[in-house]
Amino acid sequence: MSGAPKKDHAPKPDQIEYYQQEQLLQIDYARTPEKAWMDETPELRPGNFIWPAKPKNLEYIGFPNAHEWSPLEPDWKLPASWKEIIIQGIRERLDKYRSFKVFMDICVRCGACADKCHFYIGGGDPKNMPVLRAELLRSIYRNDFTAAGKILGRWVGARPLTPDVIKEWFYYFYQCTECRRCSVFCPYGIDTAEITMMARELLLLLGIGVNWIQEPVANCYRTGNHLGIQPHGLKDTLEFLAEDLEEVTGVKVEVPLNKKGAEVLFVTPSGDFLADPGIYTCMGYMALFHEIGLDYTFSTYASEGGNFGLFSSADTMKRLNAKIYAEAKRLGVKWILGGECGHMWRVLHQYMDTMNGPADFLEVPVSPITGTRFEHARSTKAVHIMEFTADLIRNGKLTLDPSRNDGRRVTFHDSCNPARALGMFEEPRYVLKSVVRNFFEMPPNTIREQTFCCGGGAGLGTEENMEIRLRGGLPRGNAVRFVHDKHGVNQLAAMCAIDRATLSTVTEFWAPEVKVTGISELVANALVMKGEKERELNFRKEPMRAGGEAPHA
Amino acid sequence: MHVLVSLLAVAALFLAVLVGVDVLGWRWLFGVAIPYAAAAVFLVGVVLRVLSWARSPVPFAIPTTCGQQKSLSWIRQSKVENPSTTLGVVARMALEVLCFRSLFRNTRAELSDGRLTYSSTKWLWAAGLAFHWSLLVVLLRHLRFFTEPVPRFVLALTTLDGFFQVGLPEVLATTVIFLAAAGFLLLRRLASPSLRYLSLASDYFPLFVFLAIGLSGAWMRHVSKVDVPSVKAMVMGLLHLSPPAAGVADTAFYVHLFFVSVLFAYFPFSKLVHMAGVFMSPTRNLAANSREVRHVNPWNAPVPVHTYQEYEDEFRERMRDAGLPLEKEA
Repeated sequence: MSGAPKKDHAPKPDQIEYYQQEQLLQIDYARTPEKAWMDETPELRPGNFIWPAKPKNLEYIGFPNAHEWSPLEPDWKLPASWKEIIIQGIRERLDKYRSFKVFMDICVRCGACADKCHFYIGGGDPKNMPVLRAELLRSIYRNDFTAAGKILGRWVGARPLTPDVIKEWFYYFYQCTECRRCSVFCPYGIDTAEITMMARELLLLLGIGVNWIQEPVANCYRTGNHLGIQPHGLKDTLEFLAEDLEEVTGVKVEVPLNKKGAEVLFVTPSGDFLADPGIYTCMGYMALFHEIGLDYTFSTYASEGGNFGLFSSADTMKRLNAKIYAEAKRLGVKWILGGECGHMWRVLHQYMDTMNGPADFLEVPVSPITGTRFEHARSTKAVHIMEFTADLIRNGKLTLDPSRNDGRRVTFHDSCNPARALGMFEEPRYVLKSVVRNFFEMPPNTIREQTFCCGGGAGLGTEENMEIRLRGGLPRGNAVRFVHDKHGVNQLAAMCAIDRATLSTVTEFWAPEVKVTGISELVANALVMKGEKERELNFRKEPMRAGGEAPHA
Repeated sequence: MHVLVSLLAVAALFLAVLVGVDVLGWRWLFGVAIPYAAAAVFLVGVVLRVLSWARSPVPFAIPTTCGQQKSLSWIRQSKVENPSTTLGVVARMALEVLCFRSLFRNTRAELSDGRLTYSSTKWLWAAGLAFHWSLLVVLLRHLRFFTEPVPRFVLALTTLDGFFQVGLPEVLATTVIFLAAAGFLLLRRLASPSLRYLSLASDYFPLFVFLAIGLSGAWMRHVSKVDVPSVKAMVMGLLHLSPPAAGVADTAFYVHLFFVSVLFAYFPFSKLVHMAGVFMSPTRNLAANSREVRHVNPWNAPVPVHTYQEYEDEFRERMRDAGLPLEKEA
C-alpha cells in the first residue's frame, strides 16, 4: 500500500503522495452518468489534465493561433473562426487519410474495445471506452459530413460543434496514449490512435495543445533532442557516463560523436542521456559497442530517436524525423542502429521511410560482427538494438555471465509500439533469458500484443496529470504486483525510454518493491568485458548479485 | 430513449405497411416501387461509399501487429497475425472476415479486492458469428425465389438447414439461430450499463429491422403458409422488370419485403457499411513489412526542416570549444 500522506505539508495533486491505492480503486464499471454522454461535460481539475502549450513553443514550430489560455477558465480564447477551422480541418484529413474516413463510418459500437483501455479500466469513465472516445469526434463528423447526421441528429449520434466539445476533446484525447490495444480487439481493426492523432492535430489548429509535448517538440527542432541538450552538453553527458562506466568496470570506452565515416549511426531517445534509470541503459549500449568493437557514432544533431511530433501532427513528426536520414547521409554511415524506445520505433518502422526516404544512400544493414544481413530492414536501413543484440548472442559473440544478474528477478513489459506496430516479442525475451537467470512472465492477457500501456505514453508522462497516469497505470501495476507476490519479481525490464521514466512512477505506487530497468543495462551487467576489473558494482553502483531472494513458498 | 425511438420507428413502419397494403391497397407501392427504389439506393449508395473511401489514400503503413514480426531467420514469424506477404494478409483478412478473429480474442476485465483479472469471453463472438453466418445462409436459401431452375446447392442447403425435421414445413435451423442471435445482440446492448450508455438509436434500429424481417419471414412459412408459387412469380417478375399485376395475397409478404427494402435503403447511410469497410481497414489489410518495402504516400509534401547547417551555425562556437568536428570552421 502506498504511504500515508505526509504530515507537515499536504501533498498536491501532481504528487504521487496525494493519492492512495484504496481511493483510486473505487471503480464501478456498471455506474454510468445520469445524463446522456452528449450532454455530460468533464470536470477539469489539477491532477487530471496537462497544462497548455506555451505560445513561444507553438510559434517556434509555426503552429497557428498560439495563445495564452487555461483549462480552468471557462473561456479558452479560441480564435474567432474556430468552427470553420475545425470543420475545414476535418474535411482535409478525411481526404488525406482513408483510415480516418473508414474509422468514422464503420464502427458498430459492439463494445469489444471498452474494457481494453487502461484508462477505462483504471478510471471507469465511460468516455474512456475507446468506442465512446472516438464518438466524441464522430459525432461532429456525422453532424457536418453525413446525410443521416444532418437529418436525424442525435438519434444517429450527431451533435453540433460547441466550445464544450473542444474542451471535451482536449480532456479525453489527452487521455489516450495511442497504445493501440483496443485496435487488437476491434473486429474492424479501428485504431483509436489514428483518431486521437486527428483530434490532436485539429486542436493544435486552434492553438490548443499541452506544453509537455510542445516544448520537447520545439527543443528537438532546435537542438536535436527533446531535452534541449546542446552539442557540448551532450558530449559532457556522454563522457560523464563513460567515466562512471570505467569506474565500475575498469574499462575505458570511447564516446564517438558526429564521427564521419563511421559504419553505424546510433540513435536513441534523449531520455537515455539524462533520466534515471535511462542512463544505465545508455551505459549498457556504450559497454556493448566497445566490447564488440563496433564502428559507430552518436550524433548531436540527430540526438533524439523519440519523436513527440508523432503526438502533435504528421508534418511535425516528419520535420523532426528528417534529421536522422539527413545526418546519416552527412556522416556517410552505412546504416542506422536504434536504441530502446517505444514510439521512436513506431516512427522508424512505420513512418520514417515513407516520410523521409527512400534511404538509397545507405546500405542494407549487415552486422559487422556476425555478418548477418538484416533483410527485414533492407529498405529503411534501421535495425533495433534488440535484433542486433539477439543476433550477437545467438552467434556466440558475447561472453555472458548471467549469474551477475542473480539479484534481479525480472519480468518484461512489452512496450506498446514495439508490440503492436512491429511485433517484436521474441528478440527481447531471447536477450533477457540469455542475461538473467530469474525471468518470469506477467499474465498472458497483459503481455505481447495484449500488453498494457504504462499510462504515460503519447506525451502524457508528466506529473501534472498524476491521477490520470496512476489510473492508466493500474493494469500494468496490477500485473507487476501479481508477479512480485508470486515470484518475488523485483525488476521490470522495458525497452522504452518513456516506460523507464513512467513505469518507475507506476511501480512506486502500485508495486513499490519493483524497480525499472532497460534491457541493455542487464546485458551490460552480464557482459564479461576484455580487461575488466572484478565487477563488484553494477552501473547503479549497487553490489552485483545482491537481493533477489525467492518469495516464501 | 434511443431504444424506444428505434422501436417506435419500426412499429410505425410496420403500421404503415399494414395500412398501406390492407386498408389502402397500395400493393404496387410496397411491392414494386419501394423495393426498386431501395435496391437502387442500396447499390448506388454502397458503391459511392466505397468509392469515397477509396478516393482517400493510405498515406502510411499502419498495420496493428498481433504476433511475432519477421526479423532474424531463427525466430519464428507469426505469418498470419503479423503478415509480411500478400498471402499472409489474405489469410489474416480471411480469418477476420470469415471467423471474426479479433472478436475471438475478447476478454472481460474485472476488478475485485484490488486485483484485476481478464477472462476470456466468447459470447459476443459467438452471437456475432451466428448472426452473420445464419444471415448468409438465409440469403442463399432465398435464391430459390430468384432462380429458375433453382441451383442444386440451394436446395441442398435448404435440406441441410431443415435437418432436424421439426414441424411442417420443417423449421429451418438458421431461422432460429438468426432470430436468437439478433435477440441476444439486442438484449446484450440493453443489459450492460456501459453498452446501453454508448448505444444510439442507430444501433437498435437495424436490430429491430432484422428481427422484423426474420419474424415476418417465419410467419409466412409457418403461420400464414404463404403461397410460394405466387411469391416466386412476384420475385421473378421484379427481377425481370415485369412484376405481375396480381401480386401476392399474403400481407406478411409485403411486411417482409418492406422491411428488407427499409434495410437496403438504410444500409449505405449507417454503420452497416462495415460489411464493405472491413476490407478497407489499413490496420488489417496491409502487410507489416514497412522496413522491408517502402510504403509510398501520394501526398508526401516537403516540409520545412532545421538543417544541419542551421544547427551548426547556431552552435558552432560551442561545438568548436567542445572539440566536436565541424563542417565549416568560421
